[in-house]
Amino acid sequence: MDRNLFSSSIGKKVIVAVSGAFLMSFLIVHLAINLTLIIDDTGLLFNSAAHFMATNPIIKIVEPILALGFAIHILYTIILTLQNMRSRPVRYARQDLSGASSWASRNMFILGGLVLTFLVMHLFHFFIKMKYTGDPLLDVKVMIDGELVKNGYLLVSSFFKDFLVYSIIYIVGAIFLGLHLVHGFWSAFQSLGLCNKIWLSRLQTVAVVFAAIMALGFSIIPIYFIIFF
Amino acid sequence: MATDNILKNLILKVWRQASPKDKGKFVTYTIQNVSTGSSFFEMLDLLNDDLIRKGDEPVAFDHDCREGICGTCSLFINGKPHGPDNLITTCQLHMRKFKEGETITIEPWRSAAFPVMKDLIVDRNAFEKIIQAGGFVSVNTGGIPDANAIPIAHDAAEESMDAAQCIGCGACVAACKNASAMLFVAAKVSHLALLPQGKTEATRRAKAMVAKMDELGFGNCTNTGACEAECPKGISIANIARLNREFLVAKFQD
Repeated sequence: MDRNLFSSSIGKKVIVAVSGAFLMSFLIVHLAINLTLIIDDTGLLFNSAAHFMATNPIIKIVEPILALGFAIHILYTIILTLQNMRSRPVRYARQDLSGASSWASRNMFILGGLVLTFLVMHLFHFFIKMKYTGDPLLDVKVMIDGELVKNGYLLVSSFFKDFLVYSIIYIVGAIFLGLHLVHGFWSAFQSLGLCNKIWLSRLQTVAVVFAAIMALGFSIIPIYFIIFF
Repeated sequence: MATDNILKNLILKVWRQASPKDKGKFVTYTIQNVSTGSSFFEMLDLLNDDLIRKGDEPVAFDHDCREGICGTCSLFINGKPHGPDNLITTCQLHMRKFKEGETITIEPWRSAAFPVMKDLIVDRNAFEKIIQAGGFVSVNTGGIPDANAIPIAHDAAEESMDAAQCIGCGACVAACKNASAMLFVAAKVSHLALLPQGKTEATRRAKAMVAKMDELGFGNCTNTGACEAECPKGISIANIARLNREFLVAKFQD
């Protein structure tokens, strides 16, 4: 067997599964921090969390790994998708998969593309401003533990309060993410072989719950600012 | 029991392709007076009878046992492998599943690994090649072993038999949006890996069969589950998880 694990179809899927699982763990942290936006209207909690994330050495190490995780996940899904397109050179004139598989499972690449499009936009809205370019709103500094820090809360809350269109886009983005996760979550376990007849339905149920928490959790933030401010 | 009705008129949109190199195209035929009690193949037999009488080339399609156990028949009917019914092969499909005046689209399996030979017949030798790569238990010569000499847990025997139901028809490949053969390979790996006789060669088998599957141009599984839904034998995608496990364990031992 001269072939390397990661040149095999299953090996490439393992890469997608592991990187996907890593990205999902990031989402849990991301959502947990974001929910402080609606828990504390003074913004103190969110600003403390943001300050911690921006200064903690472990997070500094994890940040490029996270970027790499995205890159690997995207690269390998592109490779797999291109191969899959070649595996059926002549398409069916009529194909009905509606009863056989879920819409999300069949459109993971498109959903992933939509999530990526959202992600790029999202990075420009907050991450790049907070880390690199700065913003007048961030300069309205707040005192945290005797230290003046950037006011991320003001940037985020004003964004959702002032731009209804963006708030809606963020809700739609969260829905796309949820649809991507509803298949991606259990699929990662399946690709790693961590599944059997009993756990198949259990994992699929957990996937629905996880995806719902993510989609609702992320969309509740813009909804909160639209309704209460 | 309800009596059979007569479908007075049906429109058939059939893929016609003279040879593997021919481009192929859909040809539309009409067929009259088909009993709902007749099988789909009997309907095609009627069409071919008509074509032969007219001096035309009959539609070529694979069929053999006509009782759903040999895996020879195929056909992608109205967007689904083996047609609209569940847990059956095309030979078990009856015309009562169709409506008066309906247009029925009949296509061959579409996969780079299953080239069309003629009309609706595809070459499924790729499956044989995967089996040849490792889908067997090597038996040395010697005396006949006692059938019950090796204890096998009932659950394992049942699960193995469930996987062994695979008739190698290729519906999984045909149904999959990626034309992946993972359910077929998973079934073949599973029914052997679950039994003590098959365990001995399990690591070599999983690696060899997956390598052959990749080499033959089947797509990569994306766990959509369409294969299981369309499998005439209802083989579970839990077998794919087992194949992944067997393969990864084998690879990490390298």
